[in-house]
Amino acid sequence: MSTLTVTNQVFDVMDLNLWYGDHHALKNINFPINKKEVTAMIGPSGCGKSTFIKTLNLMIKTIPNVKLAGEINFNEKNILSDKIDLVELRKNVGMVFQRGNPFPQSIFDNIAYGPRIHGTRNKKELEGIVVKALMDVGLWDEVKDRLHGPALGLSGGQQQRLCIARALATKPDVLLMDEPTSALDPISTLKIEEMILQLKEKYTIVIVTHNMQQAARVSDKTAFFLMGELVELDSTATIFSHPADERTEGYITGRFG
Amino acid sequence: MERLAPAKDRLLKSEKNWMNGEVRGKIIVFLCAFIMIAATISITIFLGQKGLQAFIKNGVSLIEFLTSKAWNPSNQPNPLFGALPFIFGSFAVTFLSAIIAAPLGIGAAIFMTEIAPSWGRKILQPVIELLVGIPSVVYGFIGLTVLVPFVRNHIGGLGFSLLSGMIVLSIMILPTITTIATDAMSSLPNSLREGSYALGATRWQTIRKVLVPAAMPTLLTAIVLGMARAFGEALAVQMVIGNVSKFPHSILDPSATLTTIITLNMGNTTFGSIENNVLWSMGFILLVISFAFILIIRYLSSRRKF
Ligand SMILES: Nc1ncnc2c1ncn2[C@@H]1O[C@H](COP(=O)(O)OP(=O)(O)OP(=O)(O)O)[C@@H](O)[C@H]1O
Ligand SMILES: [Mg+2]
Repeated sequence: MSTLTVTNQVFDVMDLNLWYGDHHALKNINFPINKKEVTAMIGPSGCGKSTFIKTLNLMIKTIPNVKLAGEINFNEKNILSDKIDLVELRKNVGMVFQRGNPFPQSIFDNIAYGPRIHGTRNKKELEGIVVKALMDVGLWDEVKDRLHGPALGLSGGQQQRLCIARALATKPDVLLMDEPTSALDPISTLKIEEMILQLKEKYTIVIVTHNMQQAARVSDKTAFFLMGELVELDSTATIFSHPADERTEGYITGRFG
Repeated sequence: MERLAPAKDRLLKSEKNWMNGEVRGKIIVFLCAFIMIAATISITIFLGQKGLQAFIKNGVSLIEFLTSKAWNPSNQPNPLFGALPFIFGSFAVTFLSAIIAAPLGIGAAIFMTEIAPSWGRKILQPVIELLVGIPSVVYGFIGLTVLVPFVRNHIGGLGFSLLSGMIVLSIMILPTITTIATDAMSSLPNSLREGSYALGATRWQTIRKVLVPAAMPTLLTAIVLGMARAFGEALAVQMVIGNVSKFPHSILDPSATLTTIITLNMGNTTFGSIENNVLWSMGFILLVISFAFILIIRYLSSRRKF
């Protein structure tokens, strides 16, 4: 049983601490993330959700004056040790941002960007990747006639799904999403939620959300953060029905946050 | 209390003052705009009318003017009015200087915004401001004293050459290109950089494949503005280019541009004479071409993405 849980983990975060200058933003986080599960992160604004999710692909390193301590084991390798290949890590751990951020290029070139920089030159192969990524996010039928049209001509929801497709095109194991639907209308949001449920067959997903219903609908595990601490991490059913910590209960029942 | 006028009067009065200020402000602003427009229109009309006189009144052939390489307006009884060497010279120094200054300026902009945003800017910004502040006559003087002998002794020819002109001009237009290119790069949203890094791109890949293409319309605007500046520069070029009316065959040959021929000859010709009128024609060509530059810039600006 215990060996099974170990091999089932993609990420194992141990005693993670993070400071922005003097500001202690993450405190002793211990956070295992299982393969092919959707893990939702909830918590009030400023509690460190974005900070935490950005440590998983080390995007946090693009911010100056950040200090990290502890371990983040990705496939049993500590990515906080010195000898980590950032390119390889980010190829395997894709990220989607709060607002869709397509490059001002064609739809095709947006999705082919990742594979191209990682060395795929063959045109047929690239086409295959692009089509598959677009199908995975349910965008194929909407854009198949304008693959070489500008990505910025898509609607907000389509742009966000395009960005998800772009992240999938590098064939990652993990997909990180920081409030991917907070800028979208309800119908686009629904589409992305449905897509997440399909994607989890193949990918491990970590999603930050302010929407409790969303967390309840899409996730297997839910983590509650408060002021830089991971208060509780458990199956979504448990968190929403009988959480162990009263602060969690207070938050999900809307008493604060 | 009693000394105050009734509230209604005070309100009316203050409104009246306010209205006066408002109207006066409007008039001043309208006047400024009107003067600018009127000045531009009258310069254009004047230049157009003077510029066409050589062809209409003096019977100079427009075809000869634009395509002949032979220039000698005082050759009697057969004056020659081929301005092609100068038109070519103007375009040659403009494009050649842009070829040097564009990569340098854009490179400096990328260095300041992407590679070393903190200290790179601190060093390069004052350098650029200094370059802007140096008057053209000083550029020309330095070119004449340092560059021309250098070209003569180490590269070849007389030293007075297209090459010297293009080097002087490229330094002069460098600040224009660098400044606008820097704005172009720094106005790109950070989400583009994040998006690229998150896919595993290196900094160089991000710059080359995302940022530069995204900023391209504005970068091209920077280059065209630099070219417009080079095209119109007279003094500094005149001091190093040699000012011969022969068509140059290599960049080491001395040459002349529309602007240098105008500044050199305008004092030696009498107003209304045919020799004077063809200089106006050259001025008119300069105007037409700067309109073309403006059109290109407008087109590029309309394609700006960020
Ligand atoms: N670049 C930064 N420099 C300094 N402090 C930062 C930086 N980014 C975030 N912080 C601080 O770290 C804490 C956690 O921020 P974070 O963005 O992770 O919160 P969050 O949980 O994602 O909030 P939200 O729900 O509003 O997105 C906050 O107190 C914030 O002010
Ligand atoms: Mg956040």
